[in-house]
Amino acid sequence: MSTTSKRLRTLMATGAIGTSMALVLAGCGAKAGEETAASAASPAASCVDTSGSTVKLGFLNSLTGGMAISEKTVSNVLHMAADEINAAGGILGKKIEYIQEDGATDWPTFAEKTEKLLTQDCVAAIFGGWTSSSRKAVKPVVEKNNGLFFYPVQYEGLESSPNIYYTGATTNQQIIPAMDFLASQGVKKLFLAGSDYVFPRTANAIIKLYAAKLGIEIVGEEYVPLDKDDWTSQVAKIVAAKPDFIFNTINGSSNVGFIKAYYDAGLTAATTPIISVSIAEEEAPAMGHEVSGQYASWNYFQSLKTETNPKFIESWKAYPSSSGVTSDPMEAAYISMYLYKALVEAAGSFDVDAVNAAAKKNTITFDAPEGKVTLDGENHHISKPGHIGKINSSNQFDIVWASDKFIEPDPYLEGYDWFPADIRKQLVDAAG
Amino acid sequence: MTKPWISLSGIGAFAVLLLGVAPFVLTDHWLNNLGKYCCWAIAAVGIGLAWGRGGMLVMGQGVFFALGAYSMAMHLTLETAGDRIPGFMVLYDPLAPLPAFWEPFRSAGFTLLAIVVLPVVLAGVLGYALFKRRVKGAYFAILTQALAVALAILISSTIRETGGDTGLSDFKYFFGYVLNDPANKLMVYLIAAGLLVVCLLAVWQLYRSRFGELLVATRDAEERVRFLGYDPANVKLVAFVVSALMASIGGAMFVPIVGIITPAEIGAAASIMMIAGVAFGGRASLFGPALGAMAVGWGQSSLGSTWPEGWTYILGLLFVVVILFLPNGLSSLPARIAAARRKPDPQPTPAAPAAAVLEEVRS
Repeated sequence: MSTTSKRLRTLMATGAIGTSMALVLAGCGAKAGEETAASAASPAASCVDTSGSTVKLGFLNSLTGGMAISEKTVSNVLHMAADEINAAGGILGKKIEYIQEDGATDWPTFAEKTEKLLTQDCVAAIFGGWTSSSRKAVKPVVEKNNGLFFYPVQYEGLESSPNIYYTGATTNQQIIPAMDFLASQGVKKLFLAGSDYVFPRTANAIIKLYAAKLGIEIVGEEYVPLDKDDWTSQVAKIVAAKPDFIFNTINGSSNVGFIKAYYDAGLTAATTPIISVSIAEEEAPAMGHEVSGQYASWNYFQSLKTETNPKFIESWKAYPSSSGVTSDPMEAAYISMYLYKALVEAAGSFDVDAVNAAAKKNTITFDAPEGKVTLDGENHHISKPGHIGKINSSNQFDIVWASDKFIEPDPYLEGYDWFPADIRKQLVDAAG
Repeated sequence: MTKPWISLSGIGAFAVLLLGVAPFVLTDHWLNNLGKYCCWAIAAVGIGLAWGRGGMLVMGQGVFFALGAYSMAMHLTLETAGDRIPGFMVLYDPLAPLPAFWEPFRSAGFTLLAIVVLPVVLAGVLGYALFKRRVKGAYFAILTQALAVALAILISSTIRETGGDTGLSDFKYFFGYVLNDPANKLMVYLIAAGLLVVCLLAVWQLYRSRFGELLVATRDAEERVRFLGYDPANVKLVAFVVSALMASIGGAMFVPIVGIITPAEIGAAASIMMIAGVAFGGRASLFGPALGAMAVGWGQSSLGSTWPEGWTYILGLLFVVVILFLPNGLSSLPARIAAARRKPDPQPTPAAPAAAVLEEVRS
């Protein structure tokens, strides 16, 4: 018995030593309320080294897992843009040296790899991400380390960060134009179908508010998890609700299941058309069913007639890892790389604070394939044209509606009186 | 039978490496990663106890990992939000109040209590119902796995209450300490590593005790144990509850170290990854589960970076090779080599592996 109690004492002593060590250390760390002193105000000094002939940039895309199908293309376009810039002499005379990391469609992995790229590889900026969940995992890490993150996909808005640049559309550049288009078509009854995560939920909350203002009735709202693709019972509800149009915020391969259930239930583009915000030139041929006649809202389409678009399409078709077609997220990724180049050249430095200061002057522009975009230095989003396309038999989009001018980014919907001010205030407070 | 001081000095050396050496030689990034592996290792030590020693294939430890992780994450989210409603909830339904079950997690004391009590109660009730009905083998494994799947789906589909698929993240404080502060990060790491050492000591003590002998006996010959007058259900219940508690502690420390928790970290795939590490390291040995879990974690961070498409194949291949040729995991390799040296006979007698297993089980 005595040996047991002796062992127990040893065990407890070791535990106590470990705990007390941690507690002693805790004495040195900052407590809540003291963070202005040293910790939060001055994040760890940047280890970015641009004294040589190169500048390191990080690419963070899901090369494995469910989102790989979309994100690999973004990664390839980023490589193409970097190659183009290197061939033209680099950024401030320094060649881009890129480090590719895999986000693995897993949000904690996105956070881990962001930290690795910033603190271990010491990259000057990171490009990538697709789902809003991945962006939300990256955000605290880039903010903590005062890094830069360029995010190339349309999203739900209601966000801004001094450490993130958004080159995809915010809601007032994609969702709201889509609603304006539906109103112009005389739509009275709308059904909302989405994947169950942050983007569709938030987008639909905004859609419902705007629909009330436009006099469009929401006759149903259904969600299915991102990794599930059985839509049969939800589509049955759509059939019963008899909407004029379906607003589709489903993301990724779950769309295939939705489209199948939709046509199986006898719905067609002639009777109950779909408007999507995640189906582009890449996805349309992969739906497993002819989808001509359906609509999508994007800023960029391969069929856009601009001065710079033919060259972009041509370069991409000639690129070794090309998929053959161009799409909105690819184009936004392409913009992000050139926007970074323009920012660094305006700042004359790779330093994050200098880059942000250069952005504040609101003079950064880029002749993008979608047209000449301008960076808003306050909210870090870019101006974009709104377009609605109708899928034709060759899975390209015929443009059926365009905004009369470039739409200025308004992530918090401050210019829209139907968006309640108290909700906006709560959101800004919660984010801050 | 190995002398107790060998295992104990092994734990001591491990503790010195983790607590004394690692903080000085590793970069911040790798130290943080090591902290994450420690969390998986804590859960793995519990799996070693339940599966390796107790013969219960616990395929759903993600459930208990989740109880600890989400308890901790809810507290840290509320601590960051202060008096306000957490930002993600405002996003989905701006006017609804904080869900009632979140409210008690404002209290640090309640949170710590929940991390310990919730898994013990759940594993206690579940284990009692299953073991008394003599549910075992594949049925038990499938049932626990199904629970993990169900919980992951539940969390994914209750986006406003739990953060859904996006998970909970962006924690600024850890029980009043600023998480960004490097000294506090080190503190969190040391707590996780210290807890791992404590868990190892706890199972070391359990394995040496009468209970440990009884557990192995139950694993190998449950009916005989019953015949001798013991109730095997109670023995298994204790091991199952302890392993659930360890998974919960690992989950709780995972949150401040990684900074985000999502259903993907607790679902079927995550639960199987925990098992894979334990099998890889050697499920019945003292150090095997912890070291195996840490090795798999390291592989994911390191090989996953250099060879993203290939690394899962490597893991799968290693797993197959280990199961085929080293059923007792990598930690049985030294004993196997020693045995082969002692007996140059290429055809081992059937008794030899059994003896090796027995020896290892007792070490």
